[in-house]
Amino acid sequence: MITVTSARKDYGSFTALDDVSLDIPSGSLTALLGPSGSGKSTLLRAIAGLEELDSGTVTIEGRDVTDEPPQRRGIGFVFQHYAAFKHMTVRDNVAFGLTIRKRPKAETSKKVDELLEIVGLDGFQHRYPAQLSGGQRQRMALARALAVDPQVLLLDEPFGALDAKVRTDLRQWLRRLHDEVHVTTVLVTHDQEEALDVADRIAVLNRGRIEQVGDPVTLYERPANDFVMGFLGSVAHLGGQLVRPHDIALERSREMALALDAKVPDSPGVIDAVVERVVPLGFEVRVDLRADSGERFAAQITRRDAAELQLREGETIHARAVGRSSVVEHDPALAI
Amino acid sequence: MRVSRGTRLTLRVVALGYLFVLLAVPIGVILWRTFEPGLSEFIASISTPAAKSALNLSLLIVAITVPVNVVFGVATALALVRGRFRGRGLLQAVVDLPFAVSPIVVGVSLIMLWGAGGWFGALDRAGFQVIFGIPGMVLATIFVTLPFVVREVEPVLHEIGQDQEQAASTLGANGWQTFWRITLPAVRWGLTYGVVLTVARALGEFGAVIMVSSGFPGVSQTLTLLVHSRYIDDHNTYGAYAAATLLMGIALVVLLLMTLLDRKRSDR
Repeated sequence: MITVTSARKDYGSFTALDDVSLDIPSGSLTALLGPSGSGKSTLLRAIAGLEELDSGTVTIEGRDVTDEPPQRRGIGFVFQHYAAFKHMTVRDNVAFGLTIRKRPKAETSKKVDELLEIVGLDGFQHRYPAQLSGGQRQRMALARALAVDPQVLLLDEPFGALDAKVRTDLRQWLRRLHDEVHVTTVLVTHDQEEALDVADRIAVLNRGRIEQVGDPVTLYERPANDFVMGFLGSVAHLGGQLVRPHDIALERSREMALALDAKVPDSPGVIDAVVERVVPLGFEVRVDLRADSGERFAAQITRRDAAELQLREGETIHARAVGRSSVVEHDPALAI
Repeated sequence: MRVSRGTRLTLRVVALGYLFVLLAVPIGVILWRTFEPGLSEFIASISTPAAKSALNLSLLIVAITVPVNVVFGVATALALVRGRFRGRGLLQAVVDLPFAVSPIVVGVSLIMLWGAGGWFGALDRAGFQVIFGIPGMVLATIFVTLPFVVREVEPVLHEIGQDQEQAASTLGANGWQTFWRITLPAVRWGLTYGVVLTVARALGEFGAVIMVSSGFPGVSQTLTLLVHSRYIDDHNTYGAYAAATLLMGIALVVLLLMTLLDRKRSDR
């Protein structure tokens, strides 16, 4: 378990961390998610000891490490730009932590070979980082961080510098690796899809504060506020509330819409809207709408529903929110 | 821009002619004069006691200057790149001072500082001779060669950033281990280049060194001073040519080394 208590960090007049407290359970894969400048990297680096807090404490597995340097925190850290030791071979890179600890040569060699096999770099022992692709370098960096048997593995936007395909592959691979190794892992990302895909817990940060912590489903379905809702997926403004586009139903009959809406508590009501555009997106159809109030929003409905409705541009239709779960009272102060 | 054939040829002739007259001819003349009487004459001239002592002294000064500049040069470069302290801008400017100040001024200021009547003159009066002794010549050489290592290492430090060092620290390395295993290997080509430049300049330094040397042949003459004294004081023109050729030979070896290293560096 990693516990951060009342962490605060200022850079001049910019507050990177504003009284942040967070528990990260042992064995979990937690994502710190937020836009740039939200303090997510600072928080990760503070856990690693690469950044000194102005106030607050960090404990790792019950040990207060607030005043310990990085080398005595029992961590593994993976950097966005790999931080490969350019003058060393892949083998020496991965062995670095063990060499520093003066482990016997045979043991080190065996462990390095094992790790390289796990990360799929078997046979690359004698290459230099410059001879590897970005994805390979990052896997080497992961093996290097895992070699010292860290209590926690910290990853700072590890896939940020890679292209889309490699990023998705490595993400899946990290997930599988975590299921095998079970080391407490904290991943910093600004990509909500990545967080939802990989993590079993997500902490959403904004302006140096934690907005919400929870599992991906909770965060997606019951966001604590506008910011979390807006950051974890697309949103539509419907009668002063925020709704997921796929939670909007469209009805031809106003009476039918009103009747169905009556069953949904605290709903934003039935909104009459003009169809501006119908966009087929494969499995789903996006309908761009303009409400009587002039506010534009989009609904995402299934192909079948769209076929039944036979929507034409310029028609008036009746929109309602189908579920309470993803409706958040709209608070303009928190909006992104 | 299109350049006509005539213009291009003219430009080439001018450029090559300029190099030829200013560089090739003087060096050619010295080489020709040196080897005109034969190789044995040359060897005899550079193996007199005065010449041997001058060569030894030059190499001794290099041998002291280089390690001092390496240690303080790397430390200064680290402070300039990584440090966040007041007066960093001032330090930046001070490092370049030896490039700006005439070597003769360096010599004069050293005499005023370390000479018998200077601020640190007590040392001299106590019998430890700095000025007109080897320590003075070393000080003068260190002064004029100080910027080379700093200015070669500094951009490399900038370029590599701190990621690798931080990675090493998360892997358990302390500051000292990180420096030896990560930082130093990462800047080694910049450092080597700085050392080569330092050696070349230390061998060739004249103005600052002549001010603080007693100039006795066989005692306190560097190779560069020997060339000067043989020519001006002894009217031993041939001896001056021979010593100059020896000096050039060493410089040439250093230059070759530098080119080879540079090629190796650009390979990476």
